[in-house]
Amino acid sequence: MIRDSASTFNNGTIMHELGITQNLLNLAIQHAEPAGARRITALHLVIGELSSVVDDSVRFYWEFLSRGTIAQGAALHFERVPAAFECRDCSEVFPRNANFLCPACGSDRVQVKQGEEFYLKSIEVED
Amino acid sequence: MPEIPVVRNIMSVNDALAAAVRRQLDAAGVLALNIMASPGAGKTSVIMRTVEALKTEMTIAALDGDVTPVDVEKIARTGIRVELINTGGNCHLDANMMTGALSSLDLTGVDLLLVENVGNLICPATFELGTHYNVVIASVPEGDDKPYKYPAMYRGADVLLLNKIDMLAYQEFDLAYFRHGVEVLNPGVAFLPLSARTGEGFEAWLDWVRRAVARQR
Repeated sequence: MIRDSASTFNNGTIMHELGITQNLLNLAIQHAEPAGARRITALHLVIGELSSVVDDSVRFYWEFLSRGTIAQGAALHFERVPAAFECRDCSEVFPRNANFLCPACGSDRVQVKQGEEFYLKSIEVED
Repeated sequence: MPEIPVVRNIMSVNDALAAAVRRQLDAAGVLALNIMASPGAGKTSVIMRTVEALKTEMTIAALDGDVTPVDVEKIARTGIRVELINTGGNCHLDANMMTGALSSLDLTGVDLLLVENVGNLICPATFELGTHYNVVIASVPEGDDKPYKYPAMYRGADVLLLNKIDMLAYQEFDLAYFRHGVEVLNPGVAFLPLSARTGEGFEAWLDWVRRAVARQR
């Protein structure tokens, strides 16, 4: 059986969290190095419910990818933002439901209000 | 312990590469489409019918993100330039893979580049490729609840094709329910029901492509 670096995870199926985690690591290092940081000790992430990212998968890849970098061993803190929808008729704000209808007035005129957050808020470093 | 504020999208490293891909495409005058769908929705069928219909009026090339050359061989039979981007099991294409693929694909004279992403409704939505438009293909046999289950994919679509409408006669599919989910997530998105098998509805899609290519020239 041919094995490449990509197929060493998850019995050959790679989850998109690998690519996301690689981006995360690069972004953190990009911000730590110009500040003269010797080590990154923690990352604070803000992730909305509508972004399909699994925390445990990011942690799994993080341990592997950060090895040998200034971010090795850094703690990952996830701030999860729940999805919220808003009714354009009665202004009710409500969580994700099965039919995207306003639970207060039944209107179908609803819109996404929050839940797509997907950013690195800050990093903690040692000089 | 000092804290450094970042407040940057996690994908900004990928997005910077995607911006470079976009500049390369723009410099070459190429209009590129990122075609996303679940497996079996008809990405390859839509691509092949599109190529057959348009290849006499414009020069088309394709990139196919996959682990096997099966679809590449099918697309190659239409006579256009096509390259495989071997994703090695990855569930999506990313901007870095696009950069590599464009170094081996000759874009000279190409008007339209069709990029077939990996069949998956979750992962490709996160990764910008540098293409100009996201084309999402839904299909009738998948069911009418997909927008409710995969909001990110529908949120990011610039045009949504509903393929296999010839199957509507054989299957429960609540078109109003489907459209409502789409409209909440992506108000006003171009919605084009069609069948790559019978050709029904296909002319509206071809016109959408023609207009996009004309704007890029």
